[in-house]
Amino acid sequence: MITIENLHKSFGKQEVLKGVSLKFQSPGITAILGPNGSGKTTLIKSILGMALPGQGTIRFQGQDIKGGWAYRRQIDYLPQIARFPENLTVQELLRMIQDLRGGQPDAEPLIRLFALQPHLGNRLGNLSGGTRQKVNLVLAMMYDSPVLILDEPTSGLDPVATQRLKELLRQEKEKGKYILVTTHIMSFVEEMADEVVFLLEGHVHFRGGLQELKEKYGASSLERAIARILEEGELGFSSNGHGEKAAQLVLRGA
Amino acid sequence: MFKILKYSFYDLTRSRWLYIYGAFYLLLSASLLWLGGGLSKAIISLMNIILVLVPLIATMFGVMYYYNSREFTELLLAQPIRRSHIFFGQYLGVACSLAISLLLGVGLPFVLYGIFSSSEIWNFSILLLVGLFLSFIFSAIAFFIALRNENRIKGFGLAILVWLFFAVIYDGLFLLALSMFSDYPLERFAIGASLFNPIDLSRILILLKLDISALMGYTGAVIQNFMGTVLGMACSLGVLLLWVALPAWGIKRVAVRKDF
Amino acid sequence: MRKTTLIFTFLLAFLATQAATITVCPDCEYSSISQAIASAGAGDEILIQGGVYQEGNILVDKPLRLKGEGWPVLDGENETEVLTVTANGVTIEGLVVRNVGTSYLEDRAGIRMRRVRDFAIRGNRLENTFFGIYLEHCSDGLVSNNILEGQAREEMSSGNAIHLWYCKRMLVENNQVRGHRDGIYFEFVDDSRIRHNISEDNLRYGLHFMFSNDDDYFRNTFRRNGAGVAVMFSRNINMWENRFEYNWGRAAYGLLLKEIYDAEIRNNVFLENTIGIYVEGSTRIRYRYNEFSRNGWAMKMSGGCLDNEVRANNFLYNTFDLSLASAPNNNAFDGNYWTDYSGYDLGRDGVGDVPYHPVKLFNYVVNRTPEAMVLLRSLFVDLLNFSEKVSPVLTPADVADNAPLMQKLNFSKDKPAF
Repeated sequence: MITIENLHKSFGKQEVLKGVSLKFQSPGITAILGPNGSGKTTLIKSILGMALPGQGTIRFQGQDIKGGWAYRRQIDYLPQIARFPENLTVQELLRMIQDLRGGQPDAEPLIRLFALQPHLGNRLGNLSGGTRQKVNLVLAMMYDSPVLILDEPTSGLDPVATQRLKELLRQEKEKGKYILVTTHIMSFVEEMADEVVFLLEGHVHFRGGLQELKEKYGASSLERAIARILEEGELGFSSNGHGEKAAQLVLRGA
Repeated sequence: MFKILKYSFYDLTRSRWLYIYGAFYLLLSASLLWLGGGLSKAIISLMNIILVLVPLIATMFGVMYYYNSREFTELLLAQPIRRSHIFFGQYLGVACSLAISLLLGVGLPFVLYGIFSSSEIWNFSILLLVGLFLSFIFSAIAFFIALRNENRIKGFGLAILVWLFFAVIYDGLFLLALSMFSDYPLERFAIGASLFNPIDLSRILILLKLDISALMGYTGAVIQNFMGTVLGMACSLGVLLLWVALPAWGIKRVAVRKDF
Repeated sequence: MRKTTLIFTFLLAFLATQAATITVCPDCEYSSISQAIASAGAGDEILIQGGVYQEGNILVDKPLRLKGEGWPVLDGENETEVLTVTANGVTIEGLVVRNVGTSYLEDRAGIRMRRVRDFAIRGNRLENTFFGIYLEHCSDGLVSNNILEGQAREEMSSGNAIHLWYCKRMLVENNQVRGHRDGIYFEFVDDSRIRHNISEDNLRYGLHFMFSNDDDYFRNTFRRNGAGVAVMFSRNINMWENRFEYNWGRAAYGLLLKEIYDAEIRNNVFLENTIGIYVEGSTRIRYRYNEFSRNGWAMKMSGGCLDNEVRANNFLYNTFDLSLASAPNNNAFDGNYWTDYSGYDLGRDGVGDVPYHPVKLFNYVVNRTPEAMVLLRSLFVDLLNFSEKVSPVLTPADVADNAPLMQKLNFSKDKPAF
């Protein structure tokens, strides 16, 4: 479905992705993990064509995405920070996206699922962070596209909503979708992910199943495994102290 | 693109600033007409204001709207929409809403005053036309600058500087050049130099309509012979169009290559 | 003197009624005006009834009264002069004089008075005459209520509507002239009056006035003439209550004064002229109660202007109020109203507390570099003028209105008795 070959990307002097090659060929939930600044969001934005590769190619269903835009019809995207035009109401935003994107979305069940009915007439600027994230989720998931990319889907959600989201994702997975998720919540990964991609310093450090990861690093849990990776990283990159910092950041989320 | 334009426009119609802008023109035109004494006087006074204010407001508004609609833009970028359409749509949304504010703010009082049954209708039309052009030109320049600068302060500063350059500094240099080379025939230079500044070009177009050319002696005659004819008028409007197209092309170029 | 002229005219008219009347019409005993004149006696009236008379040049060499009834047309067929008068005491009224041939060699006219006095030319219509009414070496005459319509295309091949040359004690009033080279032309004409005339759409001057002394002109309207009105090389001229308007063009002005001494310019209106008044080498001119409205320059003074007084005028919305080509000598500009004045009046006596400087910096720049006019009304120029206003460097500081008025003068109320 998605093939990434030797992807390089830098912002100014800072090189964020240093030759990432990945293939997503079988449906399921893939968790993209890594410390802050490891390039998770950049990778996602590259797939969406929002960030343009410095080097390397990204193919979507065999087609190079460079300069293309129609392929985005096949992707539902949940951005990391839910920011919307503040003057619009929820209802208007939903209608606008539907108008811009065309097709036949089905927002009703999602609105009911996240209990958004009372907020439909409110201006987006007046919503709480959690509610916004729910709106964000509705927007992302109201289309029934084969690929679903979620950047930090659980941020700001209460436990009930998180539970419902997990349920929803399971259903989507059942439909045979490709689902890419970045998150800092390790329990979410353990519970949901079929596969893990671990990004570190702009490289794919590890890719494989959860069990494989735990075995490779001889850890009983995902958290431990990641701590190990980062310790290794600390040894390897001790000169810049990045590993330790990254470990704290990742573990704080756990 | 038109859908984006529609939503940008829709978004802007909820902005207080646009109404303040329109109301300002409404008040200004009305007071110039009813308190200032007469159509032609009002048109001249309005010209002075439009030539300074329209570019300034268009510049500020363009930059402001770009930075304030980053979220909207990012939302759109993930949608199956062509990139250039997103930015052109937004740009046109800003430019059109500014243009409509100007059109209503200035137009309504003049229509009520009876411009349609007056001989000043052409002068007034050219003033409005030029005002619309300036709205489109300077909001395009503003969008271009904002697109190139992620840093808001830098973007704002640069945009204001560009406005200042075209509104004041350019004319200062122009005058300096004229007085330094006053021993040479400068009519062609004067025409050429005014083409490179949309504000100057607009001003001269209006002044020619208001027949100030009679004041300009030989220079006026040369300019009148160039711009006063249908061909010259078409040429001038063509240059103004080019002034819209140039930054618009810049927007496309930058938009296609930019990371978000 | 004028009174005696009038009395004499009335006397003649009285005599004429006593005298015989010869009627001319196409079917009458006299079907030709020339025939009628030949058989008429001095003081007779020749009543010309409606019809077209193509008789070439008609010579009037007796004191007669030529009176038209039902607008008889005297047609020169684009060849000859029509009426030539060589006798004193002739009255011409109610005629239509038409189609005088253009000539580059002689000044042919619709009606010519040559070396005569005590005449009246009243209520005639002259159409497409090369020169209209041409008076040479005449005195004590009246030209009134005539309408002269020319079809002048270029200066070289056109004549003047009312042309006076070496005349004395003439009265030109209530005429309407248009479409000639000059509307009214005065050269070497003394002690005369021009009043209540409308002179418009002439190629050159609405009024062309040279080497003529002790004349008045008032309540005339000069409108849309190619170059406006020129008054040159003359003394003791009074110009009152005239309107100079819409004389707009590259070399146009409302009024040109050149080598004029001792004139009164009062209560005139200068509206939308490229230059309201252009003054060259004129001395002891008093400008009072005039209104300068929406001109390019209200006044432009070039060299040699001495002892002029510009007081109690309204300067309204002119692009430039005043332009001086050289350092001025002893001219006063006090007590006017200027729309551009932005001073204050703490004493509330109606007079601004800070002087007004009518010469702007940009004006100075434009005099040196005319091309700079393309920057007119630009923000930069406004800033330039403003900074110069705050601290004058280049503009002459002594050209100032030291008592600028806060309120526009109302002339209908404040008008003095003449």
